[in-house]
Amino acid sequence: MKRKVTAQVVSQRKIAQDVYELWIATDLSQEVRPGQFLGIYPKDKSMLLPRPISVCEACAQEGRLRLVYRIAGQGTREFSTYRTGDDVAVLGPLGNGFPLDAGEDKRVFLMGGGIGVPPLLELAKRLCASKQIILGYRDAQLFLAEDFARHGSLYVATEDGSAGTRGNVMDAIAQNGLTADLIYACGPMPMLRAIKRYAEEKGIPAYLSLEEHMACGVGACLGCVAKTKDVDAHSNVRNARICTDGPVFEAREVEI
Amino acid sequence: MRKLAARRGGMEISMNTKVTIAGVEFSNPVMTASGTFGSGMEYSEFVDLNRLGAVVTKGVANVPWPGNPTPRVAEVYGGMLNAIGLQNPGIDLFLKRDIPFLKQFDAKIIVNVCGKTVEDYVEVVERLGDEPAVSMLEINVSCPNVKEGAIAFGQKADALSKITAEVKKHARQPIIMKLSPNVTDIAEMARAAEEAGADALSLINTLTGMKIDIHRRTFALANKTGGMSGPAIKPIAVRMVYQAAQAVKIPIIGMGGIGSGEDAIEFLLAGATAVSVGAMNFVNPYATVEVVEGIEAYLQKYGIKDVNELIGAVRER
Ligand SMILES: Cc1cc2nc3c(=O)[nH]c(=O)nc-3n(C[C@H](O)[C@H](O)[C@H](O)COP(=O)(O)OP(=O)(O)OC[C@H]3O[C@@H](n4cnc5c(N)ncnc54)[C@H](O)[C@@H]3O)c2cc1C
Ligand SMILES: Cc1cc2nc3c(=O)[nH]c(=O)nc-3n(C[C@H](O)[C@H](O)[C@H](O)COP(=O)(O)O)c2cc1C
Ligand code: FES
Repeated sequence: MKRKVTAQVVSQRKIAQDVYELWIATDLSQEVRPGQFLGIYPKDKSMLLPRPISVCEACAQEGRLRLVYRIAGQGTREFSTYRTGDDVAVLGPLGNGFPLDAGEDKRVFLMGGGIGVPPLLELAKRLCASKQIILGYRDAQLFLAEDFARHGSLYVATEDGSAGTRGNVMDAIAQNGLTADLIYACGPMPMLRAIKRYAEEKGIPAYLSLEEHMACGVGACLGCVAKTKDVDAHSNVRNARICTDGPVFEAREVEI
Repeated sequence: MRKLAARRGGMEISMNTKVTIAGVEFSNPVMTASGTFGSGMEYSEFVDLNRLGAVVTKGVANVPWPGNPTPRVAEVYGGMLNAIGLQNPGIDLFLKRDIPFLKQFDAKIIVNVCGKTVEDYVEVVERLGDEPAVSMLEINVSCPNVKEGAIAFGQKADALSKITAEVKKHARQPIIMKLSPNVTDIAEMARAAEEAGADALSLINTLTGMKIDIHRRTFALANKTGGMSGPAIKPIAVRMVYQAAQAVKIPIIGMGGIGSGEDAIEFLLAGATAVSVGAMNFVNPYATVEVVEGIEAYLQKYGIKDVNELIGAVRER
């Protein structure tokens, strides 16, 4: 059930330029699914809204969640100052996450770009499939790549060519001659658009995790909509709420 | 009636939190601000809707509205901007799905109505007239995010009178006119609505604002402008509620940045009979019930037997 709770910081570590790994202790770890996210509330009261941050990894036994985020503004900058033992107010679990059964026993791509890499880790851990993991980075700071390598065959692309394929994740699948029956992806919009086109050409399903600015995070304010192909059952117009109907959508359902 | 037994100086005192607006009785003065609480479904996971005086729904029109492009929301210092553009599923689905859901709870149902023309409003108001579970109608003439007409109703006294009178003629339930704060003289608007037949007023709707993303050199919202809400607007809202209360006799529902019992008490003292919790639901999904409890605690602390004693009770210093 969704709730707002106080979690404790277990540890915080910088893992790349402006990218931090934050482990928090919370009982939300028992129920989160891959691709779901949390709303993290800054302590500075001039910032009202929860920051949507995806679950990177969940350790139910130890009661911990791993979040990986990039400093993007005031809120995430505040998060980067948190130390072991600090309290953090979090709302969750939010959204639906990636459908695991869709990819079960299939040959799948897990495609992550930039700060879209972390949300795929828990999926990579839990999914029983033949996993080809394709990660795109700016440069050779390949955060989380080692964790992913344990869960499938890893391919890397970097914008500056300093590691793996020069270019993006699409260049990496072309260069390595990879194919799949299904795609899970998270990353910047141009990458998601390219994947949507690719999946349509190949006639395969692609599950894309979308982003939008949010206020409530729970489906009440209608702030975070994505354009849908058909009329959405809840909204009765061609808009679905990313925070509750998503953030993961099958590519054919949305116009991005 | 919600009676509370409180222990004060060893004495049991019983407290009344019930308020009445246009003949409709509410178990307490706490409501939800339209558009921030959907039709209650989403927040029913966090709070017991039976504890609220009323749920005020998101604005509903005669037909489904798609709303504005995204980004629709942006945070600003101590508040937020929104330009949802009154996305709503239309009255048909609303009556079929949202009303039956809300009927399960003790909270009274107030439906917020929007439209582009007077005829649109009248159509929705007439459809709702057949629904006895709906206690009151709140007429949104003040949404700054729809360009066709609606804003004009709420910003000119004569247009406000006209739509108030027209809606009143067709409404079976008492009507609350929701006033825009984006006017020079709120008292004039309040009087215009009262004279035209409004049963109650609610204020404030959002203040028109703008945020610019200096890194991208673009507007933060696709709509360029958006309505500001949240704690940063509270002093303006309190002032406007006070001015409106001085100008009219009909009850007022006050809102703007309310997130605690203390905030709510300020509005009651300024002259509001009830209050709504809006953007603060996003900050604290338990806010509505905490406001109810905060009001009760205040009554207890000062030994006040009836919440109605607080309405408009602010004194000159
Ligand atoms: C479902 C979802 C999952 C996400 N997962 C992650 C993640 O795992 N790691 C990570 O680093 N980032 C993630 N993001 C992006 C992250 O939410 C933003 O970077 C963050 O909110 C920025 O906050 P800020 O205060 O630092 O920036 P500011 O620009 O100061 O924020 C101002 C306001 O805009 C909002 N905002 C700014 N950028 C974004 C954005 N890209 N998406 C949504 N809202 C935004 C903020 O939440 C805040 O309300 C995710 C976004 C979504 C929608
Ligand atoms: C996301 C959002 C959507 C809103 N939608 C509506 C609406 O549909 N109809 C309406 O009359 N007011 C709407 N409002 C205005 C609120 O009901 C309220 O008047 C205003 O936000 C001030 O209160 P607050 O500061 O507590 O949020 C909306 C406000 C927000 C933040
Ligand atoms: S953020 Fe409010 S509906 Fe998604």
